[in-house]
Amino acid sequence: MGEPIVKIVGVTKRFGAVEAVANVDLEIARGELFALLGGSGCGKTTLLRLLAGFERPDRGRILIDGQDMTGVPPHLRPINMMFQSYALFPHLDVAGNVAYGLKREGVARPEIATRVAEALALVKLDGLGTRRPSQLSGGQRQRVALARALVKRPKLLLLDEPLAALDRKLREDTRFELVRLQEQLGVTFVIVTHDQPEAMSMASRLAVMNAGRIVQTGTPHELYERPATRFVAGFIGIANILQTAPGRWLALRPEKIALSADRPATERAIAGTVVEVGYEGDRSLYRIALADGSTMRVAQTNVARARESAFKRGDNVWLGWSDDAGQVLHE
Amino acid sequence: MSSRSVFLARSQPMRLVIALPFLWLGVFFLLPLGLVLGIALGTNSPDSVPPVELGVDLASFRLLFTDDLYLAAWLSSLRIAAISTAVTLLLGYPMAYAIARAAPRRRPLLLMLVMLPFWTSFLIRIYAWMGLLSENGILNQVLRGSGLVADPGTILGTEWAIYLGIVYAYLPFMVLPLYAALEKLDWSLLEAASDLGARPSTAFLTVTLPLSLPGIVAGCLLVFIPAVGEFVIPDLLGGTQTLMIGKVLWDEFFTNSDWPLASAVAICLLVLLVGPILLFQRQQQRSLERRS
Repeated sequence: MGEPIVKIVGVTKRFGAVEAVANVDLEIARGELFALLGGSGCGKTTLLRLLAGFERPDRGRILIDGQDMTGVPPHLRPINMMFQSYALFPHLDVAGNVAYGLKREGVARPEIATRVAEALALVKLDGLGTRRPSQLSGGQRQRVALARALVKRPKLLLLDEPLAALDRKLREDTRFELVRLQEQLGVTFVIVTHDQPEAMSMASRLAVMNAGRIVQTGTPHELYERPATRFVAGFIGIANILQTAPGRWLALRPEKIALSADRPATERAIAGTVVEVGYEGDRSLYRIALADGSTMRVAQTNVARARESAFKRGDNVWLGWSDDAGQVLHE
Repeated sequence: MSSRSVFLARSQPMRLVIALPFLWLGVFFLLPLGLVLGIALGTNSPDSVPPVELGVDLASFRLLFTDDLYLAAWLSSLRIAAISTAVTLLLGYPMAYAIARAAPRRRPLLLMLVMLPFWTSFLIRIYAWMGLLSENGILNQVLRGSGLVADPGTILGTEWAIYLGIVYAYLPFMVLPLYAALEKLDWSLLEAASDLGARPSTAFLTVTLPLSLPGIVAGCLLVFIPAVGEFVIPDLLGGTQTLMIGKVLWDEFFTNSDWPLASAVAICLLVLLVGPILLFQRQQQRSLERRS
């Protein structure tokens, strides 16, 4: 993948007694859309702020494009950030916000005007340059924040929960809009998010963080189909974790299991009783009680238009799956 | 606006509540002001009690505009008030900034320290400054005692003492509105500025300063307006050579017993301060509207 744009080597950051980021090593390739995924307090935002330069690591080094950035203040880093709150300057209009970073670089006035207009066109805000941030909708504000960061042509764009403040419909549209922009511009994006469908659908690669550490790094496929730990298996999507031997588990996704009334011909089969049916429209999610008292979740895609789910509460069913349907875990 | 007036028109008790402060202002502000204006238009008659003959005579006002003393006193007051306001701003801004950036649980204590002087009467505090600054005052005793300065001059009775007094007395009026403006500032804006390439000094000038401007204007007017008419500080701390309009007013009234002239000075002072006061009110109105 050539020289990585970001190289994080053994970085640790403590706040008092809490290790917010603990001995993290990470490489991000040029042109990637990389997501840092984790629950609140997992250290993902601290890692992003370390990249931006708002926090100094207690240990370790951060290299951007081969250059050590460890002691470099934020205003001298070739990085821009889109803040979760957007942090738009309320005393400047939209054009003034977008031009702010270019003025600091000493770009000539005519060029500033051209580049601001280009950036606003890029995020489809043409003609709104004279509005104040307070006169914009949430979605428009988000795009001003994006234009303000992108107009600087950074080597790396950091996005802190970029979609969290938007309502759901807008969030889904904006998701693809961001991916389109990233592909069009070729800028490396690092997105921090707690929303795993968001990270899965946008990122080319992602890192799952827990308690300040990176638990696993990989493509969305790798993380979903080959989780390394029970934490990752449980955090990304739904997983049935079956203990097969001491220190050995099998992570089995609900949709990899087939439900049938009669014993199936699959390599593995087990009988159970339906205790719960969750109808979600496109699929139904069943909770099945097994003879040993444990429960398993099974998803069935509702391909045919039926009046009701194929199985009802109390039905005796068979669960079947093939040997390679699950992922063997050691921790 | 219209819905509010409809509401007021309908509610009888509400009308009474609104009328009370107007009644108060009418009796204790407008009526005395009318008396002062009446006296200013009268003529001085030292033998009668009170020493004024009512009428419509602009002589006192004419004197104000022809005698250089009053213009000089007025300009000197403006100069002293302006310089004091500037010094207060320079001292108050870092204080307000530090309080606004302090840990939230420490802020009440720091604010209380700013307001602590109000627990003692203003007059007593100015007398205390006399004790500090006089020829054999505490300051000079310390200077002599330390052997650093053998013959320190005396600050009391100079213009320096007036600046010291005004800056000391009015500093809280500067710090509090500045703090209110800075406390509302979203500090992530400074991170954004830094992220976009602004050095800390540039971020201050392009983000912090413009966003705290309402506080700066409010603080400056709150110090400047009363400082122009200040009487106690120049009288107690300043010397005879410093002219301030408040002191001139006092002298005309009590020393020269010229009530019409003193009243004319008071009316002119009021008229000349109406400008800055209106400015202050408009600015307050605007920041209120912006918040809602």
